[in-house]
Amino acid sequence: MAAASEHTVLQFVAPSLTASPTTPVLTARIHPLVIFNVCDCFVRRPDSAERVIGTLLGSILPDGTVDIRNSYAVPHNESSDQVAVDIDYHHNMLASHLKVNPKEIIVGWYSTGAGVNGGSALIHDFYAREVTNPIHLTVDTGFTNGEGTIKAFVSSNLSLGDRQLAAQFQEIPVDLRMVEAERLGFDLLKSTAVDKLPNDLEGMELTMERLLTLINDVHKYVDSVVEGQTTPDNNIGRFIADAIASLPKLPPQVFDNLANDSLQDQLLLLYLSSITRTQLSLAEKLNTAAQML
Amino acid sequence: MATMARSFLQAISKDEAVAPPLRVVQIEGLAVLKIIKHCKEFAPTLVTGQLLGLDVGSVLEVTNCFPFPVRDDDEEIEADGANYQLEMMRCLREVNVDNNTVGWYQSTVLGSYQTVELIETFMNYQENIKRCVCIIYDPSKADLGVLALKALKLSDSFMELYRGGNFTGEKLREKNFSWMDIFEEIPIKVSNSALVSAFMTELETDTPVSQGDYDRLHSSTTPFLENNMEFLIKCMDDLSMEQQKFQYYYRNLSRQQAQQQAWLQKRRTENMARKATGEEPLPEEDPSNPIFKPIPEPSRLESFLITNQVSNFCGQINGVAGQNFSRLYLTKALHEN
Repeated sequence: MAAASEHTVLQFVAPSLTASPTTPVLTARIHPLVIFNVCDCFVRRPDSAERVIGTLLGSILPDGTVDIRNSYAVPHNESSDQVAVDIDYHHNMLASHLKVNPKEIIVGWYSTGAGVNGGSALIHDFYAREVTNPIHLTVDTGFTNGEGTIKAFVSSNLSLGDRQLAAQFQEIPVDLRMVEAERLGFDLLKSTAVDKLPNDLEGMELTMERLLTLINDVHKYVDSVVEGQTTPDNNIGRFIADAIASLPKLPPQVFDNLANDSLQDQLLLLYLSSITRTQLSLAEKLNTAAQML
Repeated sequence: MATMARSFLQAISKDEAVAPPLRVVQIEGLAVLKIIKHCKEFAPTLVTGQLLGLDVGSVLEVTNCFPFPVRDDDEEIEADGANYQLEMMRCLREVNVDNNTVGWYQSTVLGSYQTVELIETFMNYQENIKRCVCIIYDPSKADLGVLALKALKLSDSFMELYRGGNFTGEKLREKNFSWMDIFEEIPIKVSNSALVSAFMTELETDTPVSQGDYDRLHSSTTPFLENNMEFLIKCMDDLSMEQQKFQYYYRNLSRQQAQQQAWLQKRRTENMARKATGEEPLPEEDPSNPIFKPIPEPSRLESFLITNQVSNFCGQINGVAGQNFSRLYLTKALHEN
């Protein structure tokens, strides 16, 4: 120890550097399903539990982004200085998940609550044995500071020579992939009860309305700039010009032809499907009539 | 929670011998997302999974689900699948998820789900659970900005017929049963816990246009329609095959009847002659004669299912073509401005 003391320095080893030296910055990409899962587990937690933890599944993309696509809860017990994680459960569940989707591997773990606490380091150690450099995701289900904060951390070791002194949790950027949720429609996911699913035409109507308001907004903006009420912003101007330029410029004659052609195609299809339907009902009547004889 | 739920269920089933009809399927956002994820990741392979939830009066609540691994025909793997299912249920119960099977979900291509397999699976489930439901998700439609989620069950009259196992014209006519009566679609409600709702409100992006809107305004629906037409044509071919089967059957039937008539005629004249000579008349029926053997009537189930599919494709084509009209007029209006 005495000999080593000259060289002893507090070393900060960023694990991401050791794992993949070329991509030091990690990003966590979270799919909405994970958040739903965490919330559901929290709602269904045992009475005694303060928080729930679970395993995050996903994959690590070539650019270093950690794609978190799925999760499952793991029962655990926490007292002041001890954490007991049901390891058997964790392994069983992992095996089951791998059967369905072998591409989704462990990438880390989640816990509810506002941030990292003492027990977290222990659990993180456990996950670090399962996978190199796990991600720790915290979802603040208590809305402690008025908003539902979602944070992701990686841990890095502070070591003194060969001895580990402490683990430091480093926050990494979170990228919420809400595209899938948008596809479904936030209206469906936001409220606690939706009476019926939107059908095709209602969705179309909604979309058109949104488009119309957008166009109106742009219209108003341009008008107010022309009248000198708003100071012109070159960036916005360019965006608008781009949007207008994205409409293909066709002579009216050509465009009319095009539109009419596709209209006729669609009409043909409509006609065909209606005629098939008529045939079906006719056939049924005839079939039953034939049996009468 | 789970045990409580079960005792609650038992209480229901004891109290009410006749359960109220299933009116609504209430599905949690979590289950919807899980179904979509599973179906989409494996598309175009068709996948299935199990739905978990509670049966409360006329509402069937689907609160969670889990996917099945892609199945192989291997026997060993099948046994493995059963183990997997039990294991998964056990694990989920441990974290207080409702572990009561209420049905299953499956993905489909262009809504061509009306198959004999689906009916068989449904009957299997029905044996164990009085009330179950099949949720169908169509990933191919998601690109058009449509959430193609459907909850189906077999109608009671169909199940009765299916158990009887004969789909002869006579039976069907007796029950006044048509191809439209096989499946019943149940309206879906979506519910979310207050916590999820809070998070989603928090996380909703500010942009006025969502991905769904982009998808919906996409103007190239041609591949979708083309595929639909292709399937439609295939189904029509199948249908005409089925029709030919019936024609063949009817032709055989009428030929047989003619033969029987001729034979009867002969026998009668013979009997007349015998009577005249004072002999005992011969019986008017001869079971050993092959012409009296009844020809089995082909089952109408297949043609019913195909008819269902055809009507489904027609509906889809109608819907998409209708939307295309709006898109076209929209583009036209944009151009004119």
